[in-house]
Amino acid sequence: MINWANFISQCFNGLVLGALLALVASGLTIIYGTLGVLNLAHGAMFMLGGYAGWLAYSYTESFIAAVFAGTIFVMIVGVLVERVIIRHFYQRPHEDQLLVTFGLGIVFVETVRFFFGSLSKTVPPPSALVGITPLGFMFYPTYRLALLGIVAVALLALYVVLYRTRIGMIVRAGIEDSVMVDSLGIDVYKVFMLVFGIGAMAAGFAGIVNAPVVSIAPDVGEAILVQTFVVVVIGGVGSFPGAILGGLIAGEIISITSMFNPGYSYVMLFVAMTLVLVLRPYGLLGTAGRE
Amino acid sequence: MSRKDQKFGGVSRRTLLRAGAGLAGGVVLPSALTMPAFAVGVADKPPIGTWPAGSEGDTVNVAAAVPRTGTYAVQGEDELKGWQLAVEHINNGDPLLKKIAPKVSKGLLGKKVNLLSADSAAKPNQAVQEIQTFINQNKIVLMTGSTSSAVAVALNKFAQREKVLYVTGISGSNDTTGKDCVRYGFRQNFYGETAANAIGPVLVKQFGKNRKAAFMTPDYTYGHTVTKSVNDYLTKNAGWTMVTNQISPLGTQDFSQYLTNIANSGAEFLVNVNWGRDAVLSIQQAKQFGILPKMTLVVPYQIPFLAKETGPELTAGVYAATDFWWTLEDKYPLAKMFVEAFDKKYGYKPEWGANNAYMSFAIWAKMVSEADSLYPPDVIKQYEKGEKFDSTVGEVYFRKEDHQLVRPVIIVKGKAPKDMKNKEDYWEVLEVVPGAPLMQKPDAFGCNLGDYT
Repeated sequence: MINWANFISQCFNGLVLGALLALVASGLTIIYGTLGVLNLAHGAMFMLGGYAGWLAYSYTESFIAAVFAGTIFVMIVGVLVERVIIRHFYQRPHEDQLLVTFGLGIVFVETVRFFFGSLSKTVPPPSALVGITPLGFMFYPTYRLALLGIVAVALLALYVVLYRTRIGMIVRAGIEDSVMVDSLGIDVYKVFMLVFGIGAMAAGFAGIVNAPVVSIAPDVGEAILVQTFVVVVIGGVGSFPGAILGGLIAGEIISITSMFNPGYSYVMLFVAMTLVLVLRPYGLLGTAGRE
Repeated sequence: MSRKDQKFGGVSRRTLLRAGAGLAGGVVLPSALTMPAFAVGVADKPPIGTWPAGSEGDTVNVAAAVPRTGTYAVQGEDELKGWQLAVEHINNGDPLLKKIAPKVSKGLLGKKVNLLSADSAAKPNQAVQEIQTFINQNKIVLMTGSTSSAVAVALNKFAQREKVLYVTGISGSNDTTGKDCVRYGFRQNFYGETAANAIGPVLVKQFGKNRKAAFMTPDYTYGHTVTKSVNDYLTKNAGWTMVTNQISPLGTQDFSQYLTNIANSGAEFLVNVNWGRDAVLSIQQAKQFGILPKMTLVVPYQIPFLAKETGPELTAGVYAATDFWWTLEDKYPLAKMFVEAFDKKYGYKPEWGANNAYMSFAIWAKMVSEADSLYPPDVIKQYEKGEKFDSTVGEVYFRKEDHQLVRPVIIVKGKAPKDMKNKEDYWEVLEVVPGAPLMQKPDAFGCNLGDYT
């Protein structure tokens, strides 16, 4: 079992899983970094992306339409949620923020279950990406290979927005010190709304592009939320590069451990998180003192 | 953990205080004989569990802790419908129920049965807490639930401690009526050992000896015991080898790491013991990795709605062992009545979880009505008489040593889409294997039932 072909295959699995985790975690981490709100409904938004996309697919039979629908829908949900609910919680204690986002997550999941039931729904990949691709050392599902590219492009787009635009500069400044940004005359609440929308959009996009790999069900976001938190802790809270590094590390730990004994893959993930917390409490690429 | 214990301790203290010292004497002491003056029950029966408090009114409560969210949500929902139908049939004296329990007439012992339920999410702690609440607040006379053997085992022990009867929902682990069996628990459905001994000969006959199999196993009592039983049969009787066993936690979504190991294992067969959504996802992803159809898929413990969720293309030609499939209506009159009643009420053909739920309640009603008592030891002794009766899979009876129903196991094979006569015609029944020869000796898995009182 432990041979080179298997090892390289597992590294590859880790890369695909890690890229997905990085994308979801980057949404979570910029929301937390900017707004100071830990969004426990992030997993539910991942799920909503999948369902909105699936619904669009069942009417249009177009994967591209599904991706757009999933992404845009969740972005709108994110903006609405921020305007209607979250903004009332900025001044309230963290526990209240956790409770309200946790509650929102339950509402989203159960609403979807009410309308669509618990049976898994499948969104097939575009026909060009069906099947398996020989890579020499192994065969790999074509869509998973493509997913790696799709997620990389999405992360690059996020990077450009955050690091190469004026709005991104404001967002990053907000992560460092939102009070200072506010006193410079920038409407920080408008920025918060935008950040929540972008963060939710990242989750929604991940939810729909992952649907051909893991068929969707109302609980699909639950497991990914837990892994995403670990990624954020490892990478450093509020750090976009940290989310990417954390995601890749988490993906590789889960995959490579499972080559030896799958039962330990999550144990090793939490061991890694504990080590990071002990040695570098603010995360690998986080900044000390940032809340 | 300690907090939970304290909570339970607190609850039972309150219950005792409320019931008064005489009641406490009856519950705490092993025999009422030591304190005859304090016995407040009927005749020589001291109060026990929720008896007689739960049986005094004109309604008796029963409760199910069943998964309606999480990995087993789909199967849990189907089970709940089975229990609801059974309760409805008990209360209106339906002809089907009277075929199983002739002494039931519009209600049980003249009382209406009321079903309560709560979502367990297939988590043992949650299920136990919910049932505890139902015992305290509603004085339930029967508990059920489980679509996971981890829950079944937990509720088994809880039932024995609280002295309230428990009939399992779906539970495939050998342990449920093996090392974790209890006097207060009863199981209607098939389990790892009978599944293995039923499907084993079919596989050997079909595919021959000395083959290589990869197993996928969910990491809890159900997975481990079913995998062991199936592997033991195939290795001992036909020289098969288990080239890899991929153990995944309940609720896994991405099986790529496990499937990569299997793809590199050189196996010819994929024996998938995963259940619920885990089974759906692992089978779909095995297809993505090209493992299916390269390897032959075997499902030793059938999952309700599997073919519907994966699509019949993936289950075509797959061999599976199951408890019930609706086309058995051609063979058994009671199955036909059940399938018709269920389809009429819910608009689809029942899967085996619903059938198991219905039957376990119908059998309980039979035992209560024949014992003419809701006093738990009387009902248990009625089960333990081991009398044969007619069911939706022919004649069955309970084994008194381990409280396991002796019942056939059904071997099915997935139909290709072109062979399906209607949209729910997913499986073809190959064989109905009689139950008794499939079972281990009653003490082989370490069953020790414990006390009546």
